[in-house]
Amino acid sequence: MRLPWNVLKERGIMGMNRRNAEFIMPYNKRRYYPLVDDKRKTKTLAQKHGIPVPELYGAIEIEHDIRDFRETFQQWNDFVIKPANGSGGNGIVVIKGRTAKGAYRKNDESQVTDAELSHHLSNILSGMYSLGGTSDIALVEYRVKFDPAFQSVCYQGVPDIRTIVFRGVPVMAMVRLPTRDSDGKANLHQGAVGAGIHLESGVTTLGVHKNGIVTQHPDTGLPVAGLKIPSWSEILHLAAQCHTIAPLDYMGVDIVLDETRGPLMLELNARPGLNIQLCNQQGLLPVLNKMKSISKIPASVEDRVNLALDISREITKG
Amino acid sequence: MKDLHIKVIALLLTIAAVSLCYYKVNTLGLPLLPGSQADVWTVEARISFQASGGPVKAEFYIPRKSPGFVKLNEDFASSNYGLATDQDEVNRKAMWAVRRAVGEQVLYYRVELAHDTSQTRTRALPVPSFPEKPRYDASLEAAIETILDEVRQHSADTLTFTRELLLKLNAKNPDENVALINKPDHAGAEWSRRLIQILAGARIPARIVYVLNLRDRIRHGALIPWLEVFNGDEWIAFDPVTGAQGFTSNILVWRVGDDPLVTISGAKPPTVEFSIAKHSRTQVSLAEQWAKQVDSRVMEFSLFALPVHTQNVYRIILLVPLGALAIVVLRNLVGLKTFGTFMPILIALAFRETELLWGIIMFITLVATGLMLRLYLERLKLLLVPRLTAVLTIVILIIAIFFILSAQLGIDRGLSVALFPVVILAMTIERMSIVWEEYGPKDALTRGSGSLFSACVGYFIMSNPLLGHLIFTFPELLLIVLALTLLLGRYTGYRLTELWRFRAVLKEPK
Repeated sequence: MRLPWNVLKERGIMGMNRRNAEFIMPYNKRRYYPLVDDKRKTKTLAQKHGIPVPELYGAIEIEHDIRDFRETFQQWNDFVIKPANGSGGNGIVVIKGRTAKGAYRKNDESQVTDAELSHHLSNILSGMYSLGGTSDIALVEYRVKFDPAFQSVCYQGVPDIRTIVFRGVPVMAMVRLPTRDSDGKANLHQGAVGAGIHLESGVTTLGVHKNGIVTQHPDTGLPVAGLKIPSWSEILHLAAQCHTIAPLDYMGVDIVLDETRGPLMLELNARPGLNIQLCNQQGLLPVLNKMKSISKIPASVEDRVNLALDISREITKG
Repeated sequence: MKDLHIKVIALLLTIAAVSLCYYKVNTLGLPLLPGSQADVWTVEARISFQASGGPVKAEFYIPRKSPGFVKLNEDFASSNYGLATDQDEVNRKAMWAVRRAVGEQVLYYRVELAHDTSQTRTRALPVPSFPEKPRYDASLEAAIETILDEVRQHSADTLTFTRELLLKLNAKNPDENVALINKPDHAGAEWSRRLIQILAGARIPARIVYVLNLRDRIRHGALIPWLEVFNGDEWIAFDPVTGAQGFTSNILVWRVGDDPLVTISGAKPPTVEFSIAKHSRTQVSLAEQWAKQVDSRVMEFSLFALPVHTQNVYRIILLVPLGALAIVVLRNLVGLKTFGTFMPILIALAFRETELLWGIIMFITLVATGLMLRLYLERLKLLLVPRLTAVLTIVILIIAIFFILSAQLGIDRGLSVALFPVVILAMTIERMSIVWEEYGPKDALTRGSGSLFSACVGYFIMSNPLLGHLIFTFPELLLIVLALTLLLGRYTGYRLTELWRFRAVLKEPK
């Protein structure tokens, strides 16, 4: 009888312990974590390197700023509020517009009063959503209008594309589609659907919902496989380019597709999750080990993307 | 080799721990199992005499180093007598003195002894010279010579010679030569003196040692003489009555030599009586006293040197790493999710006081009530720290209510709830409510029960009497715990829950 862990091993599935001990700890220096944990820093650095990001409208840094929130952000009708040090999509509020009475209209059409929004902002500042519970700041930024290509497989929220980039080379990708379960959040833990992406073609393979394989989106009922991701090559390049922002050799790059601005880098993750392996029905270990054995990684983004495609071809063939 | 560095460190730590343990078990006799008892002999010598009114000086032989025994404690009870002790290479003396004493006087010497099975002390001192061949009585000379000749033919060395001689002299039906030199009482000192005299005829150094035969509840015991002969390296004991070689385990050597046991001036000749009692003591307390005697620093730096109430604190603290190791296993090998890394251990410590079932009931009640109130607080939109404080206050109020209710109902178990780590509970409730809000009740309950389960595992480990005893007696075992954590820290295999998590991969055959 084949033991379950041997099966996982044969399939190259990477477990949490191995990810932490063999990739995150040796490849990601702790001192670079703040660069990706603090989304404002990431954004500033990205802009410096010419990487497109959702525009930052402003930040609420102290409790006092909350009172002036309405005035400060008067000029924008829609925006996103997020904690700078948040994780897993927690604490994000998407405002789509305003009602006649002056309340804010949220993504799911519910309304938020000034008082409620102030409380939420204050929670963010007090560190309720930040890693380790330290005090935080709230960012107010451009609301991404996602590409209509995803219309059929999304429930509210914004779908994003997560790519694992190892030593600057994209190794695996998936698209995360919000569902009713996930409350519009694109986080697999919270019930979003993840769909693996064929690295060479940019076509989705199959979907995973709550650790089980699905073929259709649970809310819209439309197939999640066979979806062609628009501007795929551009996305791959962008993901590879993000390695220049922070010298983290093992990271997750989250990219959204805006209908007018194209691919935008949303955030970087120094401890990307393992579910991407489920969505792709493929373990990360073969490709990561292959990458480990390469002594010199080409410097240019173009070459790194080509290397990624070469390795992907090699792995699928073998 | 993978992680060679860590493996070497782990190996070194383990070696250090095991060798220290080995030393403590073998040399100091610390017990590996809890509650081991050992026999302790209390021997009391009572010296009584009639003082004649002037100054009194008494010298009394006391045991120095008795082979097979270790001295745990001794004390000298003698009202208003000045006391000094003195020792040479084989004997030790207590010297009492008083300026004026009239009438019945009693001096006591009490010693506590335990069997020392670990080491056999050879008795080498003093190295004697070969005795001159004595001049025997003309009436005995021929008989002794004959016996010596016979024995010499049947023996190879000093020891066999002595044994052979004793067998011959103690024979039930002695031949005529033996009968000539025989004495009626073989247990008396006279007989031993004669034996020494005869042995000197073969130029074998011999001496009398006075011993006490330890038996429980002896009230008027006396010292009995034994024989020791020198074989060139050490003194070997013989029972002058049976001819048996070596001290049996219950023979306590009191002194060496034949001068009087007590020398006294200013009083009538004293009477000396020995009383013996046996009782049991835990081996730990024994080892402790023992270490003092053998001048081992190990026990001085051990936890037994602490005051008892501090000891009890350390008994618990030392178990925490074991609980933490269990958490490591549960989290990294099993993949269980808990609230806070070490919160379950603190809960487990509280369970030790409340006992498991009652502890679980209380934990669930507290967390459930706290959670309900916390979810209500969510509506009040409080800031983080004030909200935490509010939760903490609520937790303490619930505990107070527990107190009052259980006191009213006469259940004294409720009182132990005060030992619950309230701050940790408040944090748990807060985190649980956040998880509840953000990830839903299912996640919150999963992690909550994960915490409770870990706490139960921790409780079973930390309340195990054997583990508790081992860790407290041999704190160096924590080095092994450390070694294990280091090794587990480099475990890169799958977690048990990941087999479930990646089941979609397992099911589908490629």
